[in-house]
Amino acid sequence: MSEVAAVSENGIQLNEQQKRRQRARSIAIALILAAVAVLFYVITVIKLGPGAAVERPL
Amino acid sequence: MDPRPVAGQTERELFAAELGDYFALLKPRVMSLVVFTAFVGMVLAPGGLHPVLAAISLLAIAVGAGAAGALNMWFDSDIDAVMGRTRNRPIPSGRVERGEAAFIGVFLSVASVLVLYLVSNWVAAALLAFTIFFYAVIYTMWLKRWTAQNIVIGGASGALPPVIGWAAMTGSVELLPVVLFLIIFLWTPPHSWALALIRSGDYDRAGVPMMPVAAGHKSTRRQMFAYSVLLAPLPVVPTLIGSASIYYGVFAAVLGLVFLERAWRVFVVEGEDYREREAARSLFAYSILYLALVFGALLVDTLLVRLGIVG
Repeated sequence: MSEVAAVSENGIQLNEQQKRRQRARSIAIALILAAVAVLFYVITVIKLGPGAAVERPL
Repeated sequence: MDPRPVAGQTERELFAAELGDYFALLKPRVMSLVVFTAFVGMVLAPGGLHPVLAAISLLAIAVGAGAAGALNMWFDSDIDAVMGRTRNRPIPSGRVERGEAAFIGVFLSVASVLVLYLVSNWVAAALLAFTIFFYAVIYTMWLKRWTAQNIVIGGASGALPPVIGWAAMTGSVELLPVVLFLIIFLWTPPHSWALALIRSGDYDRAGVPMMPVAAGHKSTRRQMFAYSVLLAPLPVVPTLIGSASIYYGVFAAVLGLVFLERAWRVFVVEGEDYREREAARSLFAYSILYLALVFGALLVDTLLVRLGIVG
């Protein structure tokens, strides 16, 4: 975070530590998104009741 | 800048450390108090929310409190850097950037209020939104650096979680959650000022007008005792209004007397040396135990009454 990334003609080059941090953050965001998806699925099922979406009148 | 050694850390250790820094932004200790008091508010409430939805409501309240903590750390990173107690927090130590903390705070605030609205009701969601706003804006950005009454008024945000928990279950606010609110509200000044007496040098350096810095130690000790006198009888009120058993009431009264005795020792101590710090440390430690025991006893008492074990 506080280290300076190298700038070359190919753009900004992250050093090894920055790459590892970025990877760790990406994994964290993926896990949080997955947890939110599960959370909303559970809320929906409980709020509507199992099968409610299928049984509702068209 | 990063004080933690990185060389030699495995991918997994780095991931855990990174996650730990972001989690620390949410002030987990404050969050645990919020979760506990909100949970007691939920159990005491005569509500019929589905257990899983109640658990998600509690999670939303916890995340909302954490979001307010992140916004507090974002705004206060300058004074956190000069105080011994806070200089190792993620932002002043350079492990998390201010912008990240601000984004996390705002994002989690909105998300927690929306989720609480979806799973419970608008009253609870509005109370959570107000709590976050009060802590992050009214307390952190305004009161904290402006008045010695900062933690007295700002304490309202820390006192609201049991009310939110009650509202999540019932969609309303009644007398009992207001009593729970008042218990935490009146508990906050003696608790916070005990810490401020121990750490007054920190606040002085940071320019934060905590009571010992702004009004002096003697005045602080007098006010701490006054708040303790107001606080001590309050936890007995649930018994008086028929919401708890006599056994709980007697226990709460004894806890209150011990609190008064500790506050008295701080009040009468002479000088501003190690004796004052010792008395303040004793009150500070007991105040944490006190709140846990009052709310824990209320929780156990309610469950025993519902099971018919206690009349």
